[in-house]
Amino acid sequence: MYGRGLRALSIATAVVLTGAAVMVFFYAPKEADQGIIQKIFYVHVPLAIVALCGFVAGGLLAIKQLRTGETKWDMRSYVAIHLSLVFAVGALITGSIWAKASWGHWWVWDEPVLVSFLIVFLLYCCYQPLRFSIEDPEKQARYASVFAIAAGAFVPINFMAVRLATAHIHPRVLSKTTDGSLPTEMLITFLVSLLGVALLFATLWKVELTAKNASMKLKRLRRRLEAAEHAAPSGPPSPEPVGAP
Amino acid sequence: MLVLAASGGKYVAAAYAVFLALILVYVAIMATKLARIERELDDLSREDR
Repeated sequence: MYGRGLRALSIATAVVLTGAAVMVFFYAPKEADQGIIQKIFYVHVPLAIVALCGFVAGGLLAIKQLRTGETKWDMRSYVAIHLSLVFAVGALITGSIWAKASWGHWWVWDEPVLVSFLIVFLLYCCYQPLRFSIEDPEKQARYASVFAIAAGAFVPINFMAVRLATAHIHPRVLSKTTDGSLPTEMLITFLVSLLGVALLFATLWKVELTAKNASMKLKRLRRRLEAAEHAAPSGPPSPEPVGAP
Repeated sequence: MLVLAASGGKYVAAAYAVFLALILVYVAIMATKLARIERELDDLSREDR
């Protein structure tokens, strides 16, 4: 079910990511102020944007779960949030490396963009412990969905609050003002990188959903098989013992 | 402002290596999960025979 179209998506992801890497190092010009260090921008910013969008998508999928009560929406929401956390770790580490290279510090505590992203990340770090502390699957899905919706709504609010903050040293390269806007070559390279990272997210999301779906189907089959064995004890004995790891 | 502009290449390499490592670790974890599913499927089909 989830594996449909996965091959085409994987190929598209590989092609776009390779193209983005080539553009970053051979097409995009070196930035006058930061030089080669600015190339980190093409991996750091897409990771952060896709992670934040993934958190919001997790909230939207959770709304669907609460409305329909279907497990598949909860699973989709869970995988989106789980993957966004991985991408957020990447954004934090690459951002830290960029900060060290250009500001001389691994982290700057009085910069709203960095701290707000860390707050969002830490908020979502609570999602998994909350989820797995509830044993009843129905309750787990419901509580996790409520958390995902509340936290998902917090992401854009937090983003807007940070944009309104005045003090910042973090570059605003995607703003519409002329002093902060990107040259065309850099903008095209950035958009290709963003597309590549978004496709990577979609591919990994599909891969994980396929694996989870297969695992659930397998469990269901095993349960059905065990029930059939209990129902017919006089049937032929199985030739080998159950060797579940 | 640029403290280490001269040695910037190593930072760029480190950032892209982090990105690559994250993907590889994730793919490795997924591969382990898929291998486990395959093992369980083998067990089930052996039981069914």
